[in-house]
Amino acid sequence: MSAPLTDPKLPPVVVGAGPAGVRAVQALVAHGLRPVWVDEAPRGGGQIYRQPPPGFTRPAKALYGFEAGRAQALHATLAALLPQVDHRPDTLVWHALPAAPGQPQAGTLSLLHGPAQQQHSLPFGQLLLATGATDRVLPMPGWTLPGVFSLGGAQVALKSQACAIGQRVVFIGTGPLLYLVAWQYMKAGVQVAAVLDNARLADQVAALPDLALQPVVLAKGAWFVAQLAAAGVPVHRGARALRLLPDEAGERLQAVVWTDGVREHTLACDGAALGHGLRSETQLADLLGCAFEWQPLHRAWLPRRDEAGRASARGVYLAGDGAGILGADAAEWAGERAALAMLADRGIAVDAGRVRWLQARLARSTRFRQGLERAFPLPPDWAAQVPDETVICRCEHLTAGELRRVAQDTGAAELSRLKALSRLGMGRCQGRMCGAAAAELLAQATHQPVERVGRLRAQAPVKPIPLLALPVAAAESGPAEAHTAAAGGQA
Amino acid sequence: MNAPALQTPARRLKTDVAIIGGGIVGASAALALRQLGHRVVLLERDLCGSRSSGVNYGGVRRQGRLPVQLPLAQRAHPIWARLPELIGTDGEYRRSGHFKIARSESDMAALEAYADLSRDFDLGLQLLSADQVRAQCGPWLGGAAVGGSLCPEDGQANPRLVSPAFARAAARAGAQVLERHAVHEVVHDGALFHLRAGDGLQVQAPVLLNCAGAWAGALAAQFGEPVPLVSNHPAMAVTEPLPAFLPWSLGVEGGGIYCRQVPSGQLVLGGGQAEPVSADALHTRVAAPTLGTLMQQAIDLLPELRHAQLIRTWSGTEGNLPDRQPVLGPSATTPGLFHGFGFCGAGFQIGPAVGEVLAELVHSGRSSTPIEAFAITRFPSPAAVQTPLPGAHR
Repeated sequence: MSAPLTDPKLPPVVVGAGPAGVRAVQALVAHGLRPVWVDEAPRGGGQIYRQPPPGFTRPAKALYGFEAGRAQALHATLAALLPQVDHRPDTLVWHALPAAPGQPQAGTLSLLHGPAQQQHSLPFGQLLLATGATDRVLPMPGWTLPGVFSLGGAQVALKSQACAIGQRVVFIGTGPLLYLVAWQYMKAGVQVAAVLDNARLADQVAALPDLALQPVVLAKGAWFVAQLAAAGVPVHRGARALRLLPDEAGERLQAVVWTDGVREHTLACDGAALGHGLRSETQLADLLGCAFEWQPLHRAWLPRRDEAGRASARGVYLAGDGAGILGADAAEWAGERAALAMLADRGIAVDAGRVRWLQARLARSTRFRQGLERAFPLPPDWAAQVPDETVICRCEHLTAGELRRVAQDTGAAELSRLKALSRLGMGRCQGRMCGAAAAELLAQATHQPVERVGRLRAQAPVKPIPLLALPVAAAESGPAEAHTAAAGGQA
Repeated sequence: MNAPALQTPARRLKTDVAIIGGGIVGASAALALRQLGHRVVLLERDLCGSRSSGVNYGGVRRQGRLPVQLPLAQRAHPIWARLPELIGTDGEYRRSGHFKIARSESDMAALEAYADLSRDFDLGLQLLSADQVRAQCGPWLGGAAVGGSLCPEDGQANPRLVSPAFARAAARAGAQVLERHAVHEVVHDGALFHLRAGDGLQVQAPVLLNCAGAWAGALAAQFGEPVPLVSNHPAMAVTEPLPAFLPWSLGVEGGGIYCRQVPSGQLVLGGGQAEPVSADALHTRVAAPTLGTLMQQAIDLLPELRHAQLIRTWSGTEGNLPDRQPVLGPSATTPGLFHGFGFCGAGFQIGPAVGEVLAELVHSGRSSTPIEAFAITRFPSPAAVQTPLPGAHR
């Protein structure tokens, strides 16, 4: 992969303070380095171990369930590390540029810090991206109604703010997180109207051999399901939510219509959480010029990395769900593994036995993930079945029908071309929310495997930022230069 | 409307005209040539309109061009009005007006001088006072202007729609438009050009159009006509949707920033230079300080933007020449070779007319629009003209 060490005088930089970031920083500190540690959240922990704001008092057991011990251990590690690092919480990395060839640093990050929106420029020689993931959502009619959330969003509301998304909530989609969040809602005293899991019991049985590689995880999953069932929560496998219905005023979610494959049912609810697994946040890797490759396991284009986590771009390392969805435990191992690679690439001796142990665990995680894919497959007919009137891109209000029509009328067979011709992904989310579903839709509409439609390329800013917050160039261009530049673009 | 067959390559093609480059120039030339009955093969390395023509600011502007370009601009002007019948989409083209703002008396004097200089071309320029600007645009702009020059029939369009639509229209008219076919080699045997392209494709044609934009210089040099072409990467940015406030495409006398508001409410801004982040300049990024300067200029011009959100930046790759004029016309060394490149960031509006001119040159050997100022011979290359590179003429 890359030739990673560039400037040993620059401290390593870690982006993300979830499980991968914490274990990476821990390893770097343990070997005598003082890394720069950037995280978008005010308090570390990432998504799965997200910490509530100071003063919130729900106990860890209620927040994290079985994972309370892991969460508390991670938070304790994190807290102990803070005095030993250059800590930058509440800081968005909104831009990243690789350095020009011949520069000693590998690249530069642009940071936006805190409510005052201070700008910083951070050059790096070595950078670990542990940027995590967000929900992969396959839209259905009505999913933009108030009361409808992504699964992860529903979890964040509960964990971070102690808010439920409704009083009677239905959980829709597929993936292990579906049951975990339903259970967390139930524990918080919310009525769980139903869990509508696209996957069939047969899928989950077929996946048992791979899932048994992590028997504890498997047992926890089974336990959540059993707990839900024991509490009288209807859990429907092989179920398919068809549409979400508004109330009479058309203003808020009132019910979900779903099918068991034989007949349609209508279920009253005032909150719905949707998710079909997760998608990696890869924008920074893209901006830094990392090579991407199609990963069938993750059904996504992801930055290429070696088994240690080295990306193809100079000085860039990848770990955790931001590089491919393997879950929180694997993120801890991958974070530590990548940090050991960063150390070794600096010429610092690392424990070879520990490296072997971590890689063995990561290999098992990948096999486990294969089991999860088999247990919770994406509904294969979603793209063919999603009705024309369904909004796919919320920012630009583009429906499935419009996207199909553009593809048919123009011959657009690639996602980037569909974007150009339809405005897909040109709004505030920049395709982070709609891109995965749009790829499935375009592949189906153009009769191609989904990898053939390619991917949307990241452009700064990674998330919207106020114009006022932008840094001004130190050296202003003179009038003559400015004039040339203006004429250059003003066709 | 049916999807045209953009990608149906035969392995060996014989045609009347081969075109390298699927930007707005190459694609509109292909369309115009088909309308004159010529067989055409267009080869595009990526997707048509993916570099400069499809990702530029989208200004459709005659105002501000030097008189030497105004005949081409005037020829293009009515073509833009015919886009729906010509290419099957209006491309969000609107004659919204192009307003060049003056922020000082000397700027205003420069705009007055340009109005005089361009008087023969009937651009319909209106010089507005500060009060008139305020009356037409409200408080958003009023404070910044001492006046300006409005060209009411200039305007804006969506380049992402327009440029690929020219390629699709050419394909519908019968041109073979082959995307994802980079040209690796061009040889002239005295009568025919032999092109070797991606996917094992070979094309033979007596006529070749060099419409390769920022990458056209290598081909020109191969035929003994080196030009001082350099790449240019305009920095572009767009805000979240805002309430409609800006009726015009807005430029600033003296340069720096330009902006327009699209129907969705988003404000498209440009100014400064992005950076190539790959050796072949296929990928570009706007660096943070460049963006900061652009945003500061935006806030200075339109103070209410200060709390608006920036949602995306991008750039492309344009070909620039030192005198800021394109190369357009026949090769001086090689019969059958015609150049159309180097539009210096100002090719979008004139592109459709340039396509027609290239088609005329192929069809009848002359252009009905004056193009002498754009001859490639204005760049001295005497040695190369007399002794072509080995392999170029076989």
